Amino acid sequence: MSLADVLKAAVAVFAAAVVELGLLSYVEVADAHPELTLVFVVAVGLLRGPALGAAAGFWAGLVLDTASLETLGLTSLLLTLAGYWCGRFGEATTRSSANPVLVAVALTTVGFGLGSALLHFMLGETMPVSDFVVGVLLPSLALDLLVAYPVYRLARRLFPPAEKERRTEVTVLA
Amino acid sequence: MPSVPRQRTARVPVLGRELRPDGPSPGSTRALRARLLAAALVLVSLALITVYFRESSGGALHDAQRIGISILRPFEVAGERVSRPFRDAWGWTSDLLDAKGENAKLQRQVESLREQLIQNQTAARENEELRRLLQYRDGPRFPDDYTGVVTRVIARSPSPFNQEVVIAAGSNDGITRYDPVVTEEGLVGLVTDVAPSAARVTLLTDQQSAVSAVVLQSGATGIVRHGPSQSTLVLDRVDKDKLVNVGDTVITSGWRIGDLASVFPYNIPIGTVTAVGQNDVDLYKRIQVTPLVQFDSLGPLIVLVKKAGAGRR
Repeated sequence: MSLADVLKAAVAVFAAAVVELGLLSYVEVADAHPELTLVFVVAVGLLRGPALGAAAGFWAGLVLDTASLETLGLTSLLLTLAGYWCGRFGEATTRSSANPVLVAVALTTVGFGLGSALLHFMLGETMPVSDFVVGVLLPSLALDLLVAYPVYRLARRLFPPAEKERRTEVTVLA
Repeated sequence: MPSVPRQRTARVPVLGRELRPDGPSPGSTRALRARLLAAALVLVSLALITVYFRESSGGALHDAQRIGISILRPFEVAGERVSRPFRDAWGWTSDLLDAKGENAKLQRQVESLREQLIQNQTAARENEELRRLLQYRDGPRFPDDYTGVVTRVIARSPSPFNQEVVIAAGSNDGITRYDPVVTEEGLVGLVTDVAPSAARVTLLTDQQSAVSAVVLQSGATGIVRHGPSQSTLVLDRVDKDKLVNVGDTVITSGWRIGDLASVFPYNIPIGTVTAVGQNDVDLYKRIQVTPLVQFDSLGPLIVLVKKAGAGRR
């Protein structure tokens, strides 16, 4: 995790949060809108590993919570976990999975939605399960998948893949 | 062990023992650091949530958040301005699709919107909205003892659990917590958090909102709360013997007991009764109200600020 990567991620996540709040929050399908910042954090995690993914998620959550005067730390917690998990997911599956970006975005969106619902439930803010699934979770999933590839391509230009490390294959014959 | 040329894959036969490196590899060190960093950030997040909830609205984190939104506000305003033409285009498209099956009145609205889009008169429309608000503010329907601060929505809550918006006016404009927010159409909500240059408004459709209300035609009183969907409200606590009909208008009741008064002034329109029902089991009538305000496309808003010396809340 180089300093240049950290600075680029901080600026890019900030810009993504501003675009999400200023523009994409008005693009609503049912009660959901495209979660650009979440998808960007997923992309950073996939491209640069769990450390930068977690840091980018934490920063993104702070910006989102501050800009919308929401409970400070709530979105940071979820996005930190999302960024870290995507980093691990990227390390483990990028070479073997056919569509790691779509799979990661889908799983992270569902996890983020369920985590958000759980935290809000613990804070006393509830919503009928059917409304949540039909009105929030499924539309969010569709919208996030829709923006996944463009956002990932943009993130890939910002964070080009490092030169592949030389690997040594060891086969145990026993 | 036979020597293996560099840059080649090594297949090493090892019988009877596991291959273990002499020390921690760079990869495992990196993974450990990432784990520690993530754990630290999770702990910081949990600490933030805990402190934020336990402290008062004047606490250090709330203050820091207000400073943060003051810093972010120029970016949000810029983002809102840049996105406005796209949103106008999106709104026009949505309205056009909705209007296809509608009557001549909606057709006229579509034509009006099309003309506005062709002429690119976003500024003209904004002026018209502001003029209507000013007419309302200077007209007889505007509540006494209040002054109006005209402002605009700059952000919406990203969470589907909260029906809230952030407006571009705050304590620097005289806005305080629990100030009512209206449009010329009716009641929008209540200011629930204030920063120097921005404020959070909890909308009437939020599950935390409740307003004392009265049916204009019959005088039946009750409490307006969020309904089964986010575009409807319910008028609760109306006795069964009260007469309420579909089409009746619901307004704020604006009660006062001694020095204690409702945060909402009297006679602000809330909505129209669209369904009335009752059965033997329920204690009260079941009344569904459609709000007069379009909460998904809020334009300019007016925050009602109590005049100095106009009475305590």
